[in-house]
Amino acid sequence: MSQREDIKKTYKLYIGGKFPRTESGRYIKWVDANNKGAVNICRGSRKDFRNAMVTARDAFSGWCSRTAYNRSQILYRIGEILEGRRSQFANELILQGSSKKEAGNEINQSIDRLIYYAGWADKYQQIFSRVNPVASSYFNFSYPEPTGVVSALAPNNSSLIGLVSIVAPIIAGGNTVVVLASEEKPLCSITFAEVLHTSDVPGGVVNILTGYRSELLDHFSSHMDVNAIVYCGNESEEIKLIQENAALNVKRPIVYTDENWLSKNVQDPYRILNTLETKTTWHPVGI
Amino acid sequence: MNKKINKSDFKTDWSYSPAPESTDHIKIVKKNDLFINGKFMPPEKGKYFKTINPANEQKLADVAEADKSDVDKAVKAARKAYDKVWSKMDPSERGKYIYRIARLIQERAREFSVIETMDGGKPIRESRDIDIPLVSAHFFYYAGWADKLSYAFPGKQAKPIGVAGQIIPWNFPLLMAAWKLAPALATGNTVVLKPAETTPLTAMKLAEIIQEADLPPGVVNIINGDGKTGRAIVEHEDINKIAFTGSTDVGKMIMKSVAGTGKKYTLELGGKAANIIFEDAAIDQAVEGIIDGIFFNQGHVCCAGSRLFVQESVADTVISKLKDRMESLIVGDPLDKNTDIGAINSKMQLEKIKMYVDIGQKEGGSVHQSSCGLPEKGYWHAPTLFTDVSQSHRIVQEEIFGPVLAIQTFRTVDEVIAKANNTPFGLSGGVWTDKGSKIFQVSKSIRAGVLWANTFNKFDPTSPFGGYKESGMGREGGLEGLMPYVNLV
Repeated sequence: MSQREDIKKTYKLYIGGKFPRTESGRYIKWVDANNKGAVNICRGSRKDFRNAMVTARDAFSGWCSRTAYNRSQILYRIGEILEGRRSQFANELILQGSSKKEAGNEINQSIDRLIYYAGWADKYQQIFSRVNPVASSYFNFSYPEPTGVVSALAPNNSSLIGLVSIVAPIIAGGNTVVVLASEEKPLCSITFAEVLHTSDVPGGVVNILTGYRSELLDHFSSHMDVNAIVYCGNESEEIKLIQENAALNVKRPIVYTDENWLSKNVQDPYRILNTLETKTTWHPVGI
Repeated sequence: MNKKINKSDFKTDWSYSPAPESTDHIKIVKKNDLFINGKFMPPEKGKYFKTINPANEQKLADVAEADKSDVDKAVKAARKAYDKVWSKMDPSERGKYIYRIARLIQERAREFSVIETMDGGKPIRESRDIDIPLVSAHFFYYAGWADKLSYAFPGKQAKPIGVAGQIIPWNFPLLMAAWKLAPALATGNTVVLKPAETTPLTAMKLAEIIQEADLPPGVVNIINGDGKTGRAIVEHEDINKIAFTGSTDVGKMIMKSVAGTGKKYTLELGGKAANIIFEDAAIDQAVEGIIDGIFFNQGHVCCAGSRLFVQESVADTVISKLKDRMESLIVGDPLDKNTDIGAINSKMQLEKIKMYVDIGQKEGGSVHQSSCGLPEKGYWHAPTLFTDVSQSHRIVQEEIFGPVLAIQTFRTVDEVIAKANNTPFGLSGGVWTDKGSKIFQVSKSIRAGVLWANTFNKFDPTSPFGGYKESGMGREGGLEGLMPYVNLV
């Protein structure tokens, strides 16, 4: 009897709640740490990014008007689904060079980070809101609103935890996002998209692309409908480029130079605040 | 008598005798030097430029122009004061200096108001009742924060950033200086401040007060000049933070210039605010709000309500009342206490406003201006409104920064929200209705940083101010206003 052959997974993009191949038809040959399995990763293009931006903008008004409780539950749900699919992520993390123990730890931290931000989704508003004691007969209050559509470059040196650590605070704050996954370790990103897809996250809220950072960086930072760009890394030329491009439409450039994404030091509500805007409303008091 | 009464003939029915504020008690320094390291000193190159009164084009004073080497001197003084004194000082002591500045401004408020009006052209009523009181209130508010920062940012420690370069505009000269200085000083930073070249005088008076308050030398340095001086500040290597208020174009240049340098920045840029009048609004109050929204400070206001949206059913009534009210606005001598609309700040700005009025007409808009006479000398522009304009008109899309209102109508809430948000700006907005739930719906849906409901153009030191999108980033005022001046660790 002949041995059963595995069914190999096709790694695609995640745009608008669908899994298309890159429109460019290009691919990147990705080889695992032991030089055994080879996978074709989509080499996302400028057009893929622009398509993703359209769906992210479309999804924004719906996502930001969900109740905080609902967004909180959806983030929690992502954690639940991830927990149930541990083995799939473990296999990919090991293929990308992690030991079994390291893979387990990264999955644990990723789930915990989702639960951490799920908890914040209906609380940061209270931490960052105020009633302002103006010296006139007005009722005046300030509260945070999402900045809008965020483009993000996930850390290159991390696969799952880096991606989760970037996406969770952005969507907890009511923004939508187009994120470029790690170029070195892309496998978990599309599998994570499958988790999102089965977690009640509306299509278009999170869009995940794979490809070359050097090719896409310019587009991620120059697109005129991006309201904020999150960059993870330490390349000074790249940081300069995104900060320059941010000037085109006054995007908020946010740079994270963290190295250790497993550390609890990279999580706090101020990371949610980075992609929020303060709105202040005045109303007269009187008859 | 059988005299026919023309309802809108406010000229005959409402005439005011002149009531000018006196200027004899005001001392304007005729030659203003740079204020660096606690001392007034001449500029390296010995160059001075003149500042004039835009209401009569007469020269008020000469002002030193700082070049690169002067900027460097100021930054060095600020760095030394930061390292040796200000960042190390007990925060409660820091606060006392700032309280002292607030008090001294209150004591000399009249002097400041008169100079502000003479140098910038704004009505004395506004400089006396709005600008200068808010200046001292701002210092007073932030003074108290100095030793309470640990309560402002839960879970984090707030550390000062270093030397801040602050560049401010000419529309609220001293108030913008206060918005910049007070939070920077309270959080332990030192400052190099550059006022706008058409309105340097009140900031130089503030330098006197800073001396009087015994602030350690170098904590606040005030230098003057045009865009070149501003650029030298932005590009100086030892500046840690830029705070800028001004046009979106210059804001973008600053972002580009500091890219990759690690300098922090906050920007308060242009606007094109929607002021939305629903049919169930208190119409007379709304008309006052429209007037205040666009004609306050000659319309030289980044958050001015320059796009008016009136619900179709009340459009005729609102526009006719608006025209009547425009007729009653008193345009003229800014020092007169009855004046509603003063002088345009500069010749350059007047030309820009005229250019836009011209464009508005060429693109098919119908123009209406109040019939007020304008003085011969000085820079003046009559209150102006446009009807028959739509979203694509340039006067609807671009910031004019003058007393020019563009009026459109709408039918539904969804329509007006879409129209209001159809702009790259997002600084402010206004909504007028008697229905509370509509206020919340609309104010939540407008993508802008400040929303005035049944009011417009109100400011307070405790209230954060700043824009979404291309109107800038960061907030000034309130607890949020501390954030741009601290590193959270």
